[in-house]
Amino acid sequence: MSARPATVRVAGGQGFWGDWLEAPYRQVTGGPVDYLMMDYLAEVTMSILQKQKSRDATRGYATDFVDQMERILPTVVARGIKVTANAGGVNPRACAMAVADVARRLGLARKLTIGVVSGDDLLGRLDGLIARGHDLQNLDTGRPLHDVRDRVLSANAYLGAAPVVEALQRGAQVVITGRVTDTGLTLGPLMHAFGWPRDAWDRIAAGTVAGHIIECGAQASGGNCLSDWKTIPNLAAVGYPIVEARADGTFDLIKHPGTGGRIDVAGVTEQLVYEMGDPRGYITPDGVADFTTIQLSQVGKDRVRVSGVRGKPATDKLKVSIAYFYGYKAIGTLVYAWPDALEKARAADRILRQRLDALGLKFEAILSEFVGANATHGPLALQDIDAAAIPEVQLRVGVRSPDKAAVDRFTREIAPLILNGPPSVTGFAGGRPKPEEVVAYWPALIDKKMVEPSVELIEA
Amino acid sequence: MKRPLVELAHARSGDKGDIANVGLIAKKAKDYPLLVKQVTAARVARHFRGMITGPVERFELPNLHALNFLLHGALDGGGTISLKTDAQGKVFSTALLRMEIEVKR
Repeated sequence: MSARPATVRVAGGQGFWGDWLEAPYRQVTGGPVDYLMMDYLAEVTMSILQKQKSRDATRGYATDFVDQMERILPTVVARGIKVTANAGGVNPRACAMAVADVARRLGLARKLTIGVVSGDDLLGRLDGLIARGHDLQNLDTGRPLHDVRDRVLSANAYLGAAPVVEALQRGAQVVITGRVTDTGLTLGPLMHAFGWPRDAWDRIAAGTVAGHIIECGAQASGGNCLSDWKTIPNLAAVGYPIVEARADGTFDLIKHPGTGGRIDVAGVTEQLVYEMGDPRGYITPDGVADFTTIQLSQVGKDRVRVSGVRGKPATDKLKVSIAYFYGYKAIGTLVYAWPDALEKARAADRILRQRLDALGLKFEAILSEFVGANATHGPLALQDIDAAAIPEVQLRVGVRSPDKAAVDRFTREIAPLILNGPPSVTGFAGGRPKPEEVVAYWPALIDKKMVEPSVELIEA
Repeated sequence: MKRPLVELAHARSGDKGDIANVGLIAKKAKDYPLLVKQVTAARVARHFRGMITGPVERFELPNLHALNFLLHGALDGGGTISLKTDAQGKVFSTALLRMEIEVKR
């Protein structure tokens, strides 16, 4: 057994698929780090990837990750930095093969071991699970999955840190996973580096909190931060957050020297409450963290210490994220100018709805928003202002229906309003809106024992 | 006198399905009890009347001088289903900061 480090640094590199392409490179070159974690998977992403895989068995993963690895692998290998990423989507093995190809092209053959974590994909097992009495009830509605079974597009259990730890222990330098929790990508490295046992509930909770803070990238280092936002320096060169953890589970949030952004108690607090449910029970496959025990203190410039985190044992369930085909939607927009911009937009909306009614079109929902007036704060925004003075308003109308023909007809009713509706209208350069397929999300639970994570190693 | 929350607190919001969460954080620790006393779940539900279809839950985080609100039925079905500009509840945070509370001079 090698000696345990005093501190371990885990850098956040991507907060979602589509995050800043410069961030991972800056994280591995801007100062010392031990691990780089990158989160790629949102709920809807899995169904898109499943569709790609059904057309081409070599696809179904976050291709951007492979491009990122091409850029950072030489540094990663030279400095011995380990990478954890859930970029594998529904095809982590294919993603690993693509990264191995890149490594060979970069002259790194035999210098890179890639760990592949799978076992989360339940799509092919659904009928068997349902037959054995696993209803996969919708956590929000209580309905059994049977209701939408024939429309399911993807189904993935959220795996925790354990298979990431296993991959690291077996020598993987890059760990590519399917649907592993965002927090598991940070907790896994800490458990591995410090040798934390799986039932060290307080330290598991601390590592989970660390993961929660950095899983949204720069949202922990000055991005999207409301607190004193005007004084946050140099967001153009924002430094993404880094966890500098100690074996006892306490950790500091930092960023590389010379980077922009800010790490302070107010900003870290904002990120802690982001997407929070009951703060006493933040449930992951690895354990349950109590966010009411977290203590924050500013211990230096751009350095916030996190301590005191308490946790509870893991539950015997895993969350399952299921995507199913729901129907169609389309959103059309037009822009109205002063004077009476809002009144004109409201009149156009009334006319549009009369025409849709007269056509006998049936929609599950029609939603009209007046961007510039009420799209963000609804009626609250219009209480104390002179609505007639608003310089311009975008009318934004959305419809949703299982009937594609109705949605398609709606898209043809927007442009005519330019010539046959209220005046001072513009902003139709984008053309007719396109009907989009709506993929909905079905959250469920499954007994942990029904899901067996697996770890495979691939040598570049 | 009445002061808007935006002077006393900051906030961040996000989504979970059709629920928007709003974390409300006192700028100064001394103001946290004011938030606890006046920014109740019932008051927040009234504030967002017409914008949400379900109940409001509140959780206290005295360690962070923060309250967490869950606004049920806030996102027109949420995620990909929603037709809203703010389908992920990102700006319910500042909408809450429009609320006024009573502050001693």
